[in-house]
Amino acid sequence: MDLYEYQGRDLFERHGLPVLAGGVATTPEEARAIAERLGGRVVVKAQVKVGGRGKAGGVKLAEGAEETVARATDILGMDIKGHTVHKVMITVTADVAEEYYFSYLLDRANRTFLCIASVAGGMDIEAVAAETPEKVVKAPIDANTGVDEAKAREIVGAAGFPAEVADQIVDVAVGLWQAFVAEDATLVEVNPLATTKDGKLLLLDAKVTLDENAGFRHPDHEALVDQASVDPLEQAAKEKDLNYVKLDGEVGIIGNGAGLVMSTLDVVAYAGERHGGVKPANFLDIGGGASAEVMANGLEIVLSDPSVKSVFVNVFGGITACDAVANGIVQALALLEQRGEKATKPLVVRLDGNNAEAGRAILDGAANPLIQRVDTMDGAAERAAELAAAGV
Amino acid sequence: MAIWLTKDSKVIVQGMTGSEGSKHTRRMLAAGTNVVGGVNPRKAGTTVDFDGTELPVFASVADAMKDTGADVTVIFVPPQFTKAAVVEAIDAGIDLAVVITEGVPVHDTAAFWAYNVAKGERTRIIGPNCPGIASPGASNAGIIPADITGAGRIGLVSKSGTLTYQMMYELRDIGFSTCVGIGGDPIIGTTHIDALAAFEADPETEAIVMIGEIGGDAEERAAEFIKANVTKPVVGYIAGFTAPPGKTMGHAGAIISGSAGTADAKKAALEAVGVKVGKTPTETAELMRELMSGR
Repeated sequence: MDLYEYQGRDLFERHGLPVLAGGVATTPEEARAIAERLGGRVVVKAQVKVGGRGKAGGVKLAEGAEETVARATDILGMDIKGHTVHKVMITVTADVAEEYYFSYLLDRANRTFLCIASVAGGMDIEAVAAETPEKVVKAPIDANTGVDEAKAREIVGAAGFPAEVADQIVDVAVGLWQAFVAEDATLVEVNPLATTKDGKLLLLDAKVTLDENAGFRHPDHEALVDQASVDPLEQAAKEKDLNYVKLDGEVGIIGNGAGLVMSTLDVVAYAGERHGGVKPANFLDIGGGASAEVMANGLEIVLSDPSVKSVFVNVFGGITACDAVANGIVQALALLEQRGEKATKPLVVRLDGNNAEAGRAILDGAANPLIQRVDTMDGAAERAAELAAAGV
Repeated sequence: MAIWLTKDSKVIVQGMTGSEGSKHTRRMLAAGTNVVGGVNPRKAGTTVDFDGTELPVFASVADAMKDTGADVTVIFVPPQFTKAAVVEAIDAGIDLAVVITEGVPVHDTAAFWAYNVAKGERTRIIGPNCPGIASPGASNAGIIPADITGAGRIGLVSKSGTLTYQMMYELRDIGFSTCVGIGGDPIIGTTHIDALAAFEADPETEAIVMIGEIGGDAEERAAEFIKANVTKPVVGYIAGFTAPPGKTMGHAGAIISGSAGTADAKKAALEAVGVKVGKTPTETAELMRELMSGR
């Protein structure tokens, strides 16, 4: 889960790291209250999970409450690269002297964590690394020994931070690591990490990603989910423990196993190229041991998407045999009818693997006019795309 | 022969008395796996009956190894306890730990991996969030369905469970030496490269199917490894060509970050080193079938 800047700022503050005083507002009136509390000159920043907001006019200075209200009014509702601004963060300003870069992140390739530090902050770190690699230090971190003062000094020395701020950066490096571990983050990025003209160190931006697998030890993280930006179908699926991602297309997809569902999206998209450009409408993995109820819940979510014109149920019977899956589909359709949500869109079903013959016989025996059985994945994708194109 | 798991492997199950653990212990036994016991400190000294096979429950992995000579452990414990279970297996010095559990925090996986490295990588770890490893006709450690394929000459390594099963099923007439599901998490104990190296060294494996998916750059690194080290033919498949950036597709590691981790980049890297990459799972199976028909 990626956090907004203001959530990252709050998280840093909770862990005792030096950040600017501030608050977040969803309305100009809330912005006024924060400006009055802070006093003097403030900066109003659009809260969007996309870069380049400064260039897009989403970051403005304001002097006093009235100007803050005006700037917040301008920025709230603004569109930045397809993201609507619903919140602004308002902080006091800082007299910046130097800008550095500091981050901890997951290093998949080396199966550990990495610290990236640079004296060249305030710009895109990948560009800095490409143009002036000597200014970027990448230090692997042992997950079990972490970053203590000695490790932090090593990083600070390697990065070439000036001696007069070295002690402060060492403190931030240790504190930021502690926050990274305590919050189960996979990324904490501070760009810029700035010094002020009076020699203080400040974390002026916050990019934080939290590991959703660690949610069981962070009940407070649930509150960080931005409900307003969550797709309503994704929310409904989550409440039913379904792994669903909304996409922009017409062919509803249900399958078992993440890899098989990803593959199904691809095969449907290829078939769609031959049928009016229809595309997969969603990702939905109902898991290895799908019961009739799980199948019904999945169908309900997929069928409630108004852009869906046909559904492709792609199941490989591994642990769960195909006859059980077939019974699940037939019962699911009956269950939906009982719930008053009778399915009306065609379902193309492909069953293969364990007990496939028995499963296919069950589907044929049910003689439900909505169910069309195709026995290969590629053939079924073709049929589902064709039906979606005809139904558009 | 097979890689890492043979008919002589003695398997224990951490979490055998739980619902998933007991269900799959029964399945592993039915598949012919030599399961010799389970671990649960609260039920140590008792036995569990699996359709006539009485399996002892031990207090620790070390106890189980001492008593049974076990060399493989399959871990089914919930995510909260997975790190401790793997560390226990590493401390006991077991050869192979297969971590089935889904939803393990990546800090925990990073910690047990770093611990394993510090201990000299005595233990091979497969997973977490994986279906396990199966050497058809010999042994099965994990949740891969045993009866969908036969023993044969193809080696299979895959990030995805059901795509593994699909490929095993499509090529069931040719059969497999070993099928390894390495899992879809960002940090995993056994990589594509580890499996490719083992298949290259295995005299009974003649060709290799490699299944990847979006996220990270493991497939790109595997391509470089193939170029330098693999003489056996490799056929590839990548899932997620149409997945949008920034969205996690089921597996915690299956996410395109910015422009990194796309299926197109992985396919291009594999094709650049002579690996044929199928457009669909079926086409991939056909590529392998053509390749094996001359052998």
